[in-house]
Amino acid sequence: MDKKILLISGIIVIAICLTIRLFYLQIVDSRYKINAENNALSYQTKYPARGEIKDRNGNTLVGNKTTYDIMITPIDVKEFDTIDFCNTFHLDYQTLVKKLENYRQNRRKIGYQTFTLIKQVSAKDYNLFAEKAYKFPGFYAISRTARIYPYQAGASLYGYINEADSAYLAKHSEYKRGDYVGITGLERSYEDVLCGKKGYNIMVRDVHNRVRQSFRHGELDVEAVPGKDLIASIDGPLQQYGEKLMSNKVGSIVAIEPSTGEILCIVSAPGLSVEDLSNIRQEYSRIAADPYKPMFNRAVMSAYPPGSVFKTVNALIAQQNGVITPQTKFSCARGFFYSGGKMGCHGHRTPLDLKESIMMSCNAYYANVFRAIMRDPAHQPIANAFEHWKEQVIKFGFGVKLGSDFPAELQGTLPSIKTYDRIHGQGRWNAFNILSLAIGQGEVGATPLQIANLAAIIANRGYYIIPHLIKNPPDSARRAKYTQKHWVDVDAQHFEPVVQGMYLAVNAPQGAGGTARRAFINDIEVCGKTGTAQNPHGKDHSVFMCFAPKDNPKIAVCVYLENSGAGGTWAAPVASLVVEKYLKGEVSRKDVEQAVIHQNLKVFVPIKAKRR
Amino acid sequence: MTQLYYTGGSNGRKVDFGLLLSYLFLVLYGWLNIYSAVYSDEHSFILDFSQRYGLQFVWVVLSVIVAIFLLYIINPRSLPPLTPLMYVVMLIMLAAVIFVGKEVNGSKSWFFIGSFGLQPAEFSKITTALLLSYVMSKYGFSLSNRKDAIRSALVVIAPIMLILLEKETGSALVYIGLILVFYMEGLSGWFIIFGLGIIAIFVATIAGSPLLSVICTLAAGCLIRFVAARKTNWFLSAIAVIVLMGFIPRLAEIPALEFLKIFKPEIWAILLFIPHSVLWLRDLILRKDFRGGGYLFLSIVLGIIMVFSVNFIFDKVLQPHQKARIENLMGITEDLRGIGYNVHQSKIAIGSGGFLGKGFLNGTQTKYNFVPEQSTDFIFCTVGEEWGFLGCIVLLGVYIFMIIRIILLASKNHDTFSRIYGYCVASIFLMHVVINIGMTIGLLPVIGIPLPFLSYGGSSMMSFTILLFIFIRLDMERRNKNAPVA
Repeated sequence: MDKKILLISGIIVIAICLTIRLFYLQIVDSRYKINAENNALSYQTKYPARGEIKDRNGNTLVGNKTTYDIMITPIDVKEFDTIDFCNTFHLDYQTLVKKLENYRQNRRKIGYQTFTLIKQVSAKDYNLFAEKAYKFPGFYAISRTARIYPYQAGASLYGYINEADSAYLAKHSEYKRGDYVGITGLERSYEDVLCGKKGYNIMVRDVHNRVRQSFRHGELDVEAVPGKDLIASIDGPLQQYGEKLMSNKVGSIVAIEPSTGEILCIVSAPGLSVEDLSNIRQEYSRIAADPYKPMFNRAVMSAYPPGSVFKTVNALIAQQNGVITPQTKFSCARGFFYSGGKMGCHGHRTPLDLKESIMMSCNAYYANVFRAIMRDPAHQPIANAFEHWKEQVIKFGFGVKLGSDFPAELQGTLPSIKTYDRIHGQGRWNAFNILSLAIGQGEVGATPLQIANLAAIIANRGYYIIPHLIKNPPDSARRAKYTQKHWVDVDAQHFEPVVQGMYLAVNAPQGAGGTARRAFINDIEVCGKTGTAQNPHGKDHSVFMCFAPKDNPKIAVCVYLENSGAGGTWAAPVASLVVEKYLKGEVSRKDVEQAVIHQNLKVFVPIKAKRR
Repeated sequence: MTQLYYTGGSNGRKVDFGLLLSYLFLVLYGWLNIYSAVYSDEHSFILDFSQRYGLQFVWVVLSVIVAIFLLYIINPRSLPPLTPLMYVVMLIMLAAVIFVGKEVNGSKSWFFIGSFGLQPAEFSKITTALLLSYVMSKYGFSLSNRKDAIRSALVVIAPIMLILLEKETGSALVYIGLILVFYMEGLSGWFIIFGLGIIAIFVATIAGSPLLSVICTLAAGCLIRFVAARKTNWFLSAIAVIVLMGFIPRLAEIPALEFLKIFKPEIWAILLFIPHSVLWLRDLILRKDFRGGGYLFLSIVLGIIMVFSVNFIFDKVLQPHQKARIENLMGITEDLRGIGYNVHQSKIAIGSGGFLGKGFLNGTQTKYNFVPEQSTDFIFCTVGEEWGFLGCIVLLGVYIFMIIRIILLASKNHDTFSRIYGYCVASIFLMHVVINIGMTIGLLPVIGIPLPFLSYGGSSMMSFTILLFIFIRLDMERRNKNAPVA
């Protein structure tokens, strides 16, 4: 009796143990459910077509073409004509044999899996293959879209796409290995617009990894949503023209529509060609080794000394602060002399007022202006004056990232009080120690984009809209960002003498001392300011910024040519050609155009051995 | 003189309906699950005889015919005298299959007649149960009589040895369950505790270390001594030693107690246990009032010997695949693609079922054959995946109901043969159910034995049916007259 109860209780205890274990497996532990999904469901991705990039006139800058990936299912491969196969795809025989041998050795592990054997096969090769596909059991092609660049311009802007790397995958969970993603340029900035949405078919597979049927008759499948097209603010013909002008030169052109902040053309030379871009995989190492660094976008990354174009900023700030008036005159004795130094200047008549100082680009005038700003009784001691000045300069977009849609944009440089405290000792520096800032030299560095933006500010008489590359911002946040006016807090009337000076620099009669006569265009009122930036790398950089027409300006341009001498010499004609091309559609001054295009201003850059 | 054919009239109503309904439920449930496990779109008709579910239907029909035959045609009084003959015939078959059988999955246990296989090991369970009942129900049989004890033990050991020679370790293990019959018929419970102890030592030694097993053995001895003698101080001091053991590594960090580091913590534990053990052994030997003390003493001594021979047994006696299965179960080695694949996939299938399951024919793991042997030994996966926790509990409940019902019915039977036979049936079912389900959910190593009435297979379906229906028939006899059969 006793034993029967013991036995039955024992059985019940065992049953309870089994129940607890079942409860744990089936209800508590979710690991097995996930495992089962991984076991049985296979998500077959449907790739969306990537959005195209068009220019402001509707020309397709970046389009799509269909390429093919050749897939291999090793278990289905029978004997085939390897030579024929290699010829079809221009493959190296040894490589193919090695790959096949590798598949053969791992055949147990591979089972029924399929792999990509060759990527991005052209339609031509694919057609060849398709004709004789029956001869190659176990191989088949799937279509993918690749980028094409029908317009011969703007390669540095678009950026390229490539398979997402591990770091990117870690940050963006919606991307899977093998997905293409914009790595640089517009492709990266507007990845979210261009990429579209992947779809998938859910398939059920069996223990051998063979796909058996669609899951729940495809009711959970999702269609791919193609990416949206991007309308770039770029003017295709202008961009192409700009690149042509920059052949054999090192530097940048940036052209902005001042009223909208839209970038009309942006050239960084030497840059990438669209051919490089479409073959980025093969060309990458060659491009990366190029001593002129074509991948480096000078227009938004280089912190150049702005040179004399920066004088306009000081002129505006000084007026706003009330330390000078348009009528203020300073004399120039071929330079500005102060205890312990001299800032040289070129020969011109003297004294000059504000307007003429811009027109003739007098260094001594701006030494005086800058000293006046630093000695402004409203902001003393000098550190306060400097800090106030710096705040005003930052309002012009210098020393900070403008916030354009270039992922690579850099902020240039502006010195801080700390910089000078470190160099000269705290409180032991005065206006003369930092006098080079008066003429855009020394510790200030600006990108060509920032300089073009300065031209736009002057063209707008007091504000800018963040320069950007697209006409149709995809969301309200970016729409707001690219329509908001950033006022520089300088009253509009203070712009007039500066504009006037810039007008005269270009349009003053021969012999009057205008520095930018070479930018003169018949019946277009161009306003420009030259700059000749001294630099530690050799010959002066040639800088020019301008806008046109004078009233109701349509285009603001900055041209920055490395090591090309005075701003009026080369940068001014380049900029004027860009203006003429944009405003008239055609360039009448063929002689200037030819001279610019054929001028080789490249400075030899020896390939340096990498230092450790 | 007894009649071989039974000609009685109105006994149909006396069949135990609980067992009958359980049987029908299990058989149908099994058939549906085999259908689901083998199902493919090409062959979706449930009576397609080229598929296992079609064949299983044939086995079910044949089994039901045999069941009816057993219930209404065979006279159970004729059975006991025939058992020695049937037993011997079955032993001959078990031996013959070693020589003429076909090797399937590494074991030679199948006769093949055409394409149909027959597994004598499945049927020898019946003859062994019958002969064991026959021997133990003999007038004057007593387990305390050494001759009787040995004779009855031999009845079980003979088929075990032959089946081991066939390398059907799983089936052989089932016979171990018959120890419950001996227990019910007078064997001391200490034997079962001893048996469980051996298994515990085996597990502890492989998963832990021999030293750990020794400590556990000594600790267990001290605790049992407390239970038997009810001396609280013993109990407390044993607990103190165990707790102290846990703190020794920490205590050794104190500069003043650094000397503790000269021995490993385990050695200290043994040193601390030795006085306990010595006193306790003295108690055991000197005081005869402690029931079962002798067995316990024997257990402990054998246990300690066992501890030091486990590795030998593990390495030399077990076959490599058995060793690997045990190591895998204990997590010593993890090999989800090799030896652990089956259990891993089985756990995935069952675990993915959730509470209500994925529904009949909707199990992805089942449908696409992720679990090998799913229609036979791993049929429980289909239940777990498609019918969920609820389905598993119902199934387990029916089995437990069946086993307990058999035990209760058997114990009511005044006829010794029927009673002992009932215990045999119950323990065989229990072993099959626990080992099979325990294996699929990763509690026990992989031991390939079928789940009664659910697993695909003619031999097992037939043998379980015969096993059960002989008991139902014997029970009918009790209901009719409650008179002895033999």
